[in-house]
Amino acid sequence: MTATTASDLSSVTSSDAALRAFLHGLPGVDQVGAEQRAAMLGTRSIKTTAKAWAIDLAIRMVDLTTLEGADTPGKVRALCAKARRPDPADPTCPSVAAICVYPAMVPVATEALAGSGVHTASVATAFPSGQAPLEIKLADTRAAVAAGADEIDMVINRGAFLSGRYLEVYEEIAAVKQACGPAHLKVILETGELSTYDNVRRASWIGMLAGGDFIKTSTGKVPVAATLPVTLVMIEAVRDFRDLTGRQVGVKPAGGIRTTKDAIKYLVLVNETAGDDWLDPDWFRFGASTLLNDLLMQRTKLTTGVYAGPDYFTLD
Amino acid sequence: MFEYAPAPESRAVVDIKPSYGLFVDGAFVDPADGAYFKTINPASEEVLSEVAEAGPADVDRAVAAARKAYDKVWSRMPGRDRAKYLYRIARIIQERGRELAVLESLDNGKPIRESRDVDIPLVAAHFFYYAGWADKLSHAGFGPAPRPLGVAAQVIPWNFPLLMLAWKIAPALAAGNTVVLKPAETTPLTALLFAEICQQADLPPGVVNIVTGAGETGRALVEHAGVDKIAFTGSTDVGKAIARSVAGSRKKVTLELGGKAANVVFEDAPIDQAVEGIVNGIFFNQGHVCCAGSRLLVQESVYEPVLASLKRRMARLRVGDPLDKNTDIGAINSAAQLERIRTLSDIGGEEGAERWSPPCDLPENGFWFAPTIFTGVTQAHRIAREEIFGPVLSVLTFRTPAEAVEKANNTPYGLSAGVWTDKGSRILWMADRLRAGVVWANTFNKFDPTSPFGGYKESGYGREGGRHGLEAYLDV
Repeated sequence: MTATTASDLSSVTSSDAALRAFLHGLPGVDQVGAEQRAAMLGTRSIKTTAKAWAIDLAIRMVDLTTLEGADTPGKVRALCAKARRPDPADPTCPSVAAICVYPAMVPVATEALAGSGVHTASVATAFPSGQAPLEIKLADTRAAVAAGADEIDMVINRGAFLSGRYLEVYEEIAAVKQACGPAHLKVILETGELSTYDNVRRASWIGMLAGGDFIKTSTGKVPVAATLPVTLVMIEAVRDFRDLTGRQVGVKPAGGIRTTKDAIKYLVLVNETAGDDWLDPDWFRFGASTLLNDLLMQRTKLTTGVYAGPDYFTLD
Repeated sequence: MFEYAPAPESRAVVDIKPSYGLFVDGAFVDPADGAYFKTINPASEEVLSEVAEAGPADVDRAVAAARKAYDKVWSRMPGRDRAKYLYRIARIIQERGRELAVLESLDNGKPIRESRDVDIPLVAAHFFYYAGWADKLSHAGFGPAPRPLGVAAQVIPWNFPLLMLAWKIAPALAAGNTVVLKPAETTPLTALLFAEICQQADLPPGVVNIVTGAGETGRALVEHAGVDKIAFTGSTDVGKAIARSVAGSRKKVTLELGGKAANVVFEDAPIDQAVEGIVNGIFFNQGHVCCAGSRLLVQESVYEPVLASLKRRMARLRVGDPLDKNTDIGAINSAAQLERIRTLSDIGGEEGAERWSPPCDLPENGFWFAPTIFTGVTQAHRIAREEIFGPVLSVLTFRTPAEAVEKANNTPYGLSAGVWTDKGSRILWMADRLRAGVVWANTFNKFDPTSPFGGYKESGYGREGGRHGLEAYLDV
């Protein structure tokens, strides 16, 4: 960023060597420092009115997810009903941002969500491993879009990334973006497999350079999913990318965010790193399933003053 | 807008008495001449309590009590028994941590987040650490049976009241000395609560004595013929006066004085973390830190992005009520200190440096100063040479590593320095050449009881912390 301007950004993807030079020229991430900063932001105390505001925002940011081999139309329809009206007892409770399912479930979800404003997101590109030929990944993407998905969550080629074939990663994302057509593209970095923050920063830039509308931490299918410091590094990346290019990219931490307290820590992180512009479901999402009920439970507690038991919140 | 609602820590956890005597020989006593002074909350100017002002007769009494406890009890007690008391004190500090943190923030003005997450945990850690040494002194590298010195006179500053007390008292007691400690006149309350903790721990009377008062009390204490050792943390001017006053006497002295630390950011630094380190280096504790990174040296090739990042980050700092859990920057400790910060900052402007602060609303009552940076500063500016001891950063640039070292060392002080680079070999190269007691690499203002701390040049002599810190309290 220091030596690059928006005008010569297009040249950084002209060759493997140019892309490598650019990515390796990005400022490094000091692991201790990044983790310390994330931990410090985790100590912010968000109470009363601020908490109520944050809970409603978090609900509106949830990509309510089911990605199981055992998913059925019945299960997906139930989840869609929940997405529309997370708290049937309280009409002031907002809908979530999207439902996130496998491509085979997209028609069911699209139908169940029609007219609700809730988006249908589909994972694609041989999720979660991405270990399939490119033509199959593209076909997977096209099929999901054709079935009605307006958001595609793709996985990057971690094998290529880890062996330093950055241009291959870039070109794949660019091809998927093209296959998406009008659908929004979320680029899953699978940060748990990238393992260093330097890699997370580099992969974030590849995703943004290739046209991703969102960068997303994880599939939820490997042991380490979203963490605060990883999300911090990604938020810094989208902030810097907009400074340089003017284009805003969203961020979606996914996997492992289960409590209201956790979700609020992420919102604080966004607020104090990138600022207000990202505090919107168009620019920040939570990939989660169990999180929603905890948000609802805390929401009810704030309005009624007492905690209700889990039986008072719907199963998904 | 994500507005954080007020999140105040409760004051109810701490019981502040309307008046405090002197802690001498295990009990609170009235001062001989009946003089008291007020201590206030610098965030509101509200009077918190009245505190005894110790005169020469009171100091005499405290030193006599310390001498008696040294001769009859503490120096004869096996190290493992001294350790029991220190461990007990450490545990009580942890148990009463919230109370101590709230009191520290009330009396000092520092944010509760810092007193809760930094000061008080470090205080407990110091007592735990030196408790561990008490029965192992023969393995500390100072001979088979190193002896304590006797009675230690300890004078501490207002910036980290209880932490400086711990740095002084824990090693002194572990080594077998007894102490008379004088806290700063603007921040005596946590030392007095510590006196209560000594009572609660059944520490033998006279081992710890606390005399409150201002400069005159401190002078009476360090000049007292009955003390064997002086440990002082504070300004360089007072440190020099102390060194003069004890010259030719048998008293051993350690001094931890001022600083004007360079925080050196190279072009290959992890910029986001370096900016955090710059902010932490100068705005931590309102800049009331002797080892604060008050001179930022940035390599010219990354000057603009670093500065832009720094300003963006500074705009996020939350200045205000120290007891609010989300406050980053609290109140300046006293009217006098605020005046000094203002004066030096005005001089910075007059000398041609460019001043910048983020927009921030400062409370009406109390002593406040917005976080401030000066750019276009050169080595010749007074704000690049004199310790401001406030949230004011001077930004300078350099071109090569050699120039960075030259500029960093071009100061009469030498307490600390910071180096930011991704290159390990450069960190070692810099650390070799920087004349500073502590060199932090890719971090700043990190403290640990196991690590020695102290100065070069006019930043003082002697080390506190770690095995090295024992030496100051042993006859070696």
